[in-house]
Amino acid sequence: MKLVIGLDGQSSGEKALEFAKSLAASMETCELVVVYVIEWSPFSFQTAEENAQRHKRREEEISIAMERVVNPAVASLTDAGLSARAIVRHGDVADTIDDIAHSEGAGQIIVARSSAGGFSKRIFGSSTANLVMNARVPVTVVS
Amino acid sequence: MTFIIRFFLTAAAFLAAALPAAAQEAAMSLDEKVNAAFAGATGWFVNFIFMSIPGTNFPWIVMWLVIGASVFTLYFVFVQFRFFGHAIALVKGDYSDPNDAGEVSHFQALATALSGTVGLGNIAGVAVAVGIGGPGATFWMILAGLLGMASKFTECTLGVKYRNEYPDGTVSGGPMYYIQKGFNELGLPGGKILAVLFSIFCILGAFGGGNMFQANQAHAAITGITGEYPGLITGVIFAAVVFAVIVGGVKSIARVTEKIVPFMGILYVGAALIVLLVNFNLIGWAFGQIFAGAFTGLGVAGGMVGALIQGFKRAAFSNEAGVGSAAIAHSAVKTKEPITEGFVSLLEPLIDTVVICTMTALVITISGQLIIDPATGNYVLNEAGSAIATVGDTSGVGLTAAAFGSAISWFPYVLALAVVLFAFSTMISWSYYGLKAWTYLFGEGKTTELVFKVIFCLFIVIGAAASLGPVIDFSDAAIFAMAVVNIFCLYFLMSVVRKELNSYAARLKSGEIKRFHH
Repeated sequence: MKLVIGLDGQSSGEKALEFAKSLAASMETCELVVVYVIEWSPFSFQTAEENAQRHKRREEEISIAMERVVNPAVASLTDAGLSARAIVRHGDVADTIDDIAHSEGAGQIIVARSSAGGFSKRIFGSSTANLVMNARVPVTVVS
Repeated sequence: MTFIIRFFLTAAAFLAAALPAAAQEAAMSLDEKVNAAFAGATGWFVNFIFMSIPGTNFPWIVMWLVIGASVFTLYFVFVQFRFFGHAIALVKGDYSDPNDAGEVSHFQALATALSGTVGLGNIAGVAVAVGIGGPGATFWMILAGLLGMASKFTECTLGVKYRNEYPDGTVSGGPMYYIQKGFNELGLPGGKILAVLFSIFCILGAFGGGNMFQANQAHAAITGITGEYPGLITGVIFAAVVFAVIVGGVKSIARVTEKIVPFMGILYVGAALIVLLVNFNLIGWAFGQIFAGAFTGLGVAGGMVGALIQGFKRAAFSNEAGVGSAAIAHSAVKTKEPITEGFVSLLEPLIDTVVICTMTALVITISGQLIIDPATGNYVLNEAGSAIATVGDTSGVGLTAAAFGSAISWFPYVLALAVVLFAFSTMISWSYYGLKAWTYLFGEGKTTELVFKVIFCLFIVIGAAASLGPVIDFSDAAIFAMAVVNIFCLYFLMSVVRKELNSYAARLKSGEIKRFHH
């Protein structure tokens, strides 16, 4: 079975990761896909200069996300003897996690409950709710 | 190159002389001085661009634009209508690969290009066209907008195809790049010279229509509410804010503007619709005036030809089709198929000219600001005989404000705010276009870029202080000079676009071009 873990770069993500670990350990074969979504909309407005530098910025955003959030998570999973890989993508958080889970044929999505405070609340507060309501794959919200 | 250096030296010397004098002299006389010096310095250039075809009073440049747009329309067999639906699907993101999320989308490239074109041309420019050419000018404006879609399509496809992609991931594109690279690829001589010529005109256009005209009309809009005060003050304030953004890197100002401008655009169209709905019984009459005026002139200066020239001129000035500026803005998009950006860009003249400009023209016509002789049904000319007499003797943005104000009394305030914001966003866009042309000529580098940006800000001050006549003439002339070079080169390069079009159309039909969203 394939599990998709949605991370938000906050400590609550650790709980989702731990839960996924224990779930995967109880299965015979399990593949883990760690997903981090950079909030982005194709319908925002930008200046010409921002457009000209967009490709460069995107690469930077992806490498920062890889370095700080996703790679450590994948490392901790593989250290535990599990098979895991990473996907970082731009887009709407809930839609993108659902799209990835659907196209990967995942059996379950695991996300953390929105953690208190600033950024993660903004991103995951509503996104978790959106995901739970609209996902085409069963969702587990870890609190 | 010497021409341009001489031009900038003259401008710099002129400013150095003019600015300290501000302290000593009364402000009005300074404005007049700026005005006279400016008209004197640019007169020959303006005269050349707007020279009439011998034996007629038809400027050759207007003919040039219309013929260009018509040739592209026929050469690509009405691509603007055949691929209209596909263009919408592209903007919606139906064909965007999810793996490219985070890159510049078709929508973003279109929105950025539009924020450079939607602005004063749609508000003040249309008022100038209707004020001089009568409502009939609207008909020709719409026609020019529809034809211009094909010009945009051609130049923006080439803009993406021949852009420079640098190792650090940034991109630079535009006519100067496609002219040079495209001519090389086809084995044609003179690409580099033409690209340099285009760049020079692009820099002048950035200073003219992309800068001085904006500053000038923003000042007119503000004084329309506050009462007269020296243009120098508006100019210095505008220059300081633009300086903060383009030199100081105060991105927050630009970001806020980029977010407000689209809403201002929607608000403007919304207000126009309200005015039209309130006067819905007059809409039929207004269209009647537009059609009748298009072919008879209804007594305006220059008759039917006058209406036609004004319509075509202001359409070109507003949507910039064939000018080449949009190709610079569109070239940052992420796509494997350059032609897709061409499809997207053809929506630009439609939104800009066919929708927004027509709204303005209808509101002005319906508002009754243009004085009609009740006996003949023709328009009454002003004392000079150069334009239609208006109720409050207004012209340009003042006429548009009066027209909206006659139906929604508080709207002139909103309009003034819109004009200031549009002017600002257009300046930011054009500072980028001008900069790209500048760095094409002088190389990329912090110092060369700074020199351009400082000169750009100085021109804002001149633009706000000079009166409308000389500024609008120079702005038009500079922008049309870009079109002279650009359209000339597009004739040679359009075969490249046709190959792309045929290949893409075939793959779209066979299903090889995948639709990602439904």
